[in-house]
Amino acid sequence: MDPINFVILASILFAIGAAAVLLRRNAIIAFMGVELMLNAANLALVAFSRIHGEIDGQIMAFFVLVVAAAEVVVGLAIIIAVFRARQTISLDEPAELKG
Amino acid sequence: MSFTTPEIAWAPLAPLIIVLGAAAVAILVESFVRTPERRRSVQLVLSLVALLAAAGTAIVQWTMLDGAGTVVLADMVTIDRQALAWQVLILVFGVLGTLLFASRTRAGEEAFTPLGSVAPGSSEETLARRKGFQVTEVFPLALFAVGGMMLFAAVTDLIFLFVALEVFSLPLYILVALARRRRFLSHEGALKYFLLGAFSSAILLFGAAFLYGATGTTAYAGIAAGIGSATGLDALILAGAVMVVVGLLFKIGAVPFHSWTPDAYQGAPTPVTAFMGAATKAAATAALLRVVYEAFYGLEWELSWLFWIIAIASMLLGTVVALVQTDLKRMLAYSSVAHAGFILVAFAGFPDGALSALPFYLASYGLATMGAFAVISQVREKADDGTVLGEATRLGQWAGLGRRSPLLAGAMALFLLSFAGIPLTAGFVGKFVAFSAAISEGAWPLVLVAVIASAAAAFFYVRLIVLMFLTDVPEGQEDAVEIDFSPLARLVVIVAAALVVLLGIVPGPVLSAFENAGVLLLGAAG
Repeated sequence: MDPINFVILASILFAIGAAAVLLRRNAIIAFMGVELMLNAANLALVAFSRIHGEIDGQIMAFFVLVVAAAEVVVGLAIIIAVFRARQTISLDEPAELKG
Repeated sequence: MSFTTPEIAWAPLAPLIIVLGAAAVAILVESFVRTPERRRSVQLVLSLVALLAAAGTAIVQWTMLDGAGTVVLADMVTIDRQALAWQVLILVFGVLGTLLFASRTRAGEEAFTPLGSVAPGSSEETLARRKGFQVTEVFPLALFAVGGMMLFAAVTDLIFLFVALEVFSLPLYILVALARRRRFLSHEGALKYFLLGAFSSAILLFGAAFLYGATGTTAYAGIAAGIGSATGLDALILAGAVMVVVGLLFKIGAVPFHSWTPDAYQGAPTPVTAFMGAATKAAATAALLRVVYEAFYGLEWELSWLFWIIAIASMLLGTVVALVQTDLKRMLAYSSVAHAGFILVAFAGFPDGALSALPFYLASYGLATMGAFAVISQVREKADDGTVLGEATRLGQWAGLGRRSPLLAGAMALFLLSFAGIPLTAGFVGKFVAFSAAISEGAWPLVLVAVIASAAAAFFYVRLIVLMFLTDVPEGQEDAVEIDFSPLARLVVIVAAALVVLLGIVPGPVLSAFENAGVLLLGAAG
């Protein structure tokens, strides 16, 4: 199969992830959208790596994996702190900041 | 199978290693120094020594650098005068920020919550407060953020750019969530900052993947070569370049990527707002300069419209919305959006002058930001029974501040005039050099908009000055505001004010140093 198909798949996944971040009001779902975007980028990197016939892209994907893991730690910590404080993680609910 | 040990030139990385190494040591200090009070002083001394040592090392490197600079870690990091100038600037903000982090009110209260993980108002929180807990982790977090920003200003590879972006962003997300008072606000600001920050870094990464696909490399030099030679891949290259630029514009806080700015600025503890406002903008501008001048220079025609539109939108929206704000921190947040627009004006047509103008602009803007938020941290609300509460950030509460504390009100007026770009302050020189860089490429319509926006912005800066000096304290409100005294915060105010005046009256030496920094980067880029 032509590896360019994987790039197209990655773009579709990226768009789905971006839509989830922008449209969903649940912080966890929005965060999952971000993770989907990062993994779509990974898929694109690996597919391009195959197209170019070198392993640079795969090495980068490893960097991205590590960074994404660190991001999950910080993100979930913040989301849990918010949940403990207000018993909800809806992004519409906290509306103390306006304007 | 044979394995070649990679050659790494450690010496040019010394400032970075000092800061990040000290951050790692500071984490150990967290575990091994038991009493909170001792831990705090150890952390403070360690942070300051590391930051000053790194700044000293960077300055020594500046004087010893021969030629254009050094490329280390297989083209991933370039240490040239441009990078060193930004690194010293970020370290200065780091030192001032650390002093603010350590400042306490007269009653011995810090800006940070005693325990970040417990719910606001819970019994655990009360217990933690009574036991004298302190979140001394803020010092290592700030060190990691400074280290990441220094790296961000020096990277010449897209993947490393992404890694450095996260290294400095992740500590900032946590710091924003740690305010002592109004913790709901702080949590909310952190959540928005985190989600939008992560969103923007994912966009940047996908752009990097596209550029890798089109050119087969992620190194800036290789991308610049690939842009010149690749055929039939224009769409892929352009999409990638725009996404990388958009990811960086999020960090600078330009419209329409500014929506995290007011929330994060208002919700964060004021010392964090000061550090974040000054240093993040500097680091993001440094990275944007480098990626635009070293990788995307060939796309000038295609990218210029993007910078024009975003610069105009940021200046107008930032100014107009700041006019109607009633909260001081929010007003300064929107003013920072307007300043993001002024920064982007210097990018119009990619003039060479931007490389030396923007470090100066960010130095003047960052010092004034540091000083202004340090003043805000000193003006406190007071309850009827005389206990001092959180910061008084409503505009009305600042009425008559000039009578309460001429020193603080005078310093604040100076910082506001510098934001507005009034002559004899650093802000004027900064705006002058940034706009003349844009003029040199014929972008005078953009500069015209910028000058009009500056004039309109002066209105709300001057309004606050009038409020502080020419308005009486409202009847019955005489005891509602208390001027706090923290030696460290006062020190930051005085240093920032002195530097703003100094850079405004004798900008020559600093300007010529940055001029040096601008010319050599282009030499390195070829």
